[in-house]
Amino acid sequence: MQTDFLLQIKDLKASIDNKEILKGLNLEVKHGEIHAIMGPNGSGKSTLANVLTGREIATVTAGTVTYEGKNLLEMSPEERAREGIFLSFQYPIEIPGVSMVNFMKTAINEQRKYRGLEPLSASDFLRLMREKKELVEIDSALTNRSVNEGFSGGEKKKNEIFQMAMLEPRLALLDETDSGLDIDALRIVANGVNKIRRPDTSVIVITHYQRLLDYIVPDYVHVLYDGRIVRSAGPELALELEERGYDWIRKDADLSEETWTTDRK
Amino acid sequence: MDYRQEVTGRLTELWEGRETGILKGSPEIFNRYRTDAFSQFLRLGIPDRKNEAYRYTNLEKSFSHKYEKYFSPKPDDFREAERFHCEVEDLDVWNMVLLNGFFPRGEEGLAMLPGGIWVGSMRAAAKQFPSLVEKHYNKYAKNEKDGLVSLNTALATDGLFIYAPGNTVNSKPIQIVNLLQSEQDFFSQDRNLLIADDGARMSLLVCDHAISPQHYLTNTVTEIFVGRDASFEIIRVQNQHNYSGKITHTFIHQERDSYATSNNITLHGGLVRNATWHKLNGENAETHSYGLFLADRQQHIANFVKVDHVAPNCNSTQLFKGILDENATGAFNGRIMVHKDAQNTNAYQSNNNIILSDTARMDTKPQLEIYADDVKCSHGATVGQLDENALFYLRSRGIDAREAKLMLMFGFAHDVVKNIPIEALRDRIDHLVVQRLRGELSYCASCAIQCN
Ligand SMILES: Nc1ncnc2c1ncn2[C@@H]1O[C@H](COP(=O)(O)OP(=O)(O)O)[C@@H](O)[C@H]1O
Ligand SMILES: [Mg+2]
Repeated sequence: MQTDFLLQIKDLKASIDNKEILKGLNLEVKHGEIHAIMGPNGSGKSTLANVLTGREIATVTAGTVTYEGKNLLEMSPEERAREGIFLSFQYPIEIPGVSMVNFMKTAINEQRKYRGLEPLSASDFLRLMREKKELVEIDSALTNRSVNEGFSGGEKKKNEIFQMAMLEPRLALLDETDSGLDIDALRIVANGVNKIRRPDTSVIVITHYQRLLDYIVPDYVHVLYDGRIVRSAGPELALELEERGYDWIRKDADLSEETWTTDRK
Repeated sequence: MDYRQEVTGRLTELWEGRETGILKGSPEIFNRYRTDAFSQFLRLGIPDRKNEAYRYTNLEKSFSHKYEKYFSPKPDDFREAERFHCEVEDLDVWNMVLLNGFFPRGEEGLAMLPGGIWVGSMRAAAKQFPSLVEKHYNKYAKNEKDGLVSLNTALATDGLFIYAPGNTVNSKPIQIVNLLQSEQDFFSQDRNLLIADDGARMSLLVCDHAISPQHYLTNTVTEIFVGRDASFEIIRVQNQHNYSGKITHTFIHQERDSYATSNNITLHGGLVRNATWHKLNGENAETHSYGLFLADRQQHIANFVKVDHVAPNCNSTQLFKGILDENATGAFNGRIMVHKDAQNTNAYQSNNNIILSDTARMDTKPQLEIYADDVKCSHGATVGQLDENALFYLRSRGIDAREAKLMLMFGFAHDVVKNIPIEALRDRIDHLVVQRLRGELSYCASCAIQCN
């Protein structure tokens, strides 16, 4: 059955060390949509990104995640990536001794193998690298180094978007890609994302700030608070959050969840 | 009976037959040290685990084997070795082939390379450069605690000699391919002397390469003199098999303003123990000791390093890494000793190991002994698994778990390999490491060279 939905998350619950972090989360993303997820620190945004990409820090205890009609939770991290899921990490990892070139070449060719394509020739690969580097205005010197090793915070974030450009995902999760960027870097990164996106690429932008959403304009804005989505609306919600902060959401949510809150105690 | 006594008994028989054996044809310079050395060997014995420096290394399996042969190959044996032909793409070297640590054509074998550097056998060198050999032979291999060094002095009959006279520069690296090949199981002692006189520059690549499956044990002593303002680089690639034992003792003696690096890459070997001694004897000298090993099955790989800061204003680094799988065991024993007068010393030491199985084991013991006041030293050791976060990062880009692990191991190893000063060799060793990690490198498939 063909569905409009790229991603459907139903009643998702996940725990870390027996502490429930996601407490029944629902979210549906159609092809080509942009969703922003905002919310205070510690509310579970990165945990959601981890669960969607298969990082085993959190354990899923209930709920389903369907991606392109398939059970996402059964797939290994690498399968998910090959199926088009990409995470721009909140904290990109440094990998000494593994060169950017070797890393990207392996990633691209594994993806191609999965699709039944021949590996890229050395010259085609280099051409692709050059092209994508320009797109995200990343310094050539960086791609000659080891993965993220000694990169500044901003360079690491740019490097995430560069990898996104190389891999052309169908669902991109950007986890606080804007934090730690100055305004110029933010513009480059955001424009990069817009250039990479094809009409059917879906994006989930996790952010605290309106400023990124000025460039990557969301169709929907959700507030994730204490493990659930407590409010969803159009882009105007982000502006409201920018003005009023999260306190009113917090009060609202805590009021409406009073029974649950008392249960928990 | 303790195997050590039994082996000592066998070696004593050899010693007693010296008049018609070892002494015959050996240089007088060798012979004059033998008696003292053999009694020192008898006093110290084969090192056991009570010896601090061998605490984690059990020599029994290698030493208790009944070897059939103890001395240098006969002229006939070299015929095949001489036919051995090697090439590394883009690796432009002066290439020489040794057999079981011995130079072909014993006494005649000594030649000058373009640029003025002499390469040949110790026997020939003792004839042609008697006072030079006399000045350096057995002057740096000082060890009051290791019976194997004295055993070598007592029994070795030949080995490699390289001499870079003052201010000579080798236009390309010298590559020694040391083939291990024999019809019989053997235990041999080779004794090498490498001299870079004042202002000379040279780099040397030694590839130990087993091509027949017999049991071997080699106990190698190498003395290296690096004169004032001279530079010396030695890279060893050890690719042997599970029945081979390789013990090396390398003594690097450095004068003022000199530079030396030692790089031991151990890809394969049943028992390998590399001891590297760096003595910074003159001011402003710099020395680097690197090591990498990959071990699996029942292999045991040990590195012992000692850097002696005797003179002030010297810098040293030690970087040793190991990857252990299956039932492999490893040991690192690294020391920095800063003597009283060695002010303004900078000395760094780092030892990192990755354990891939529950049954592999690594023992590491970094040590500092500092008697001067103005010293910058640091040391650290880690034993751990692959970094889960890094592994996930690679997998999240579509790289499968097995490949991602290989990439991380490669990255870990490259940290050592990248210090190899010759680019073509560096690339080749990176490649060998990948093959080894993939399980595609058997002992006889390849060494740092491709054999035809
Ligand atoms: N590796 C971890 N171990 C233990 N607790 C964790 C770990 N990662 C996250 N948490 C906890 O899970 C909760 C949600 O964290 P996170 O998903 O990172 O929030 P956000 O991204 O919204 O700031 C926090 O209480 C945090 O302390
Ligand atoms: Mg987060």
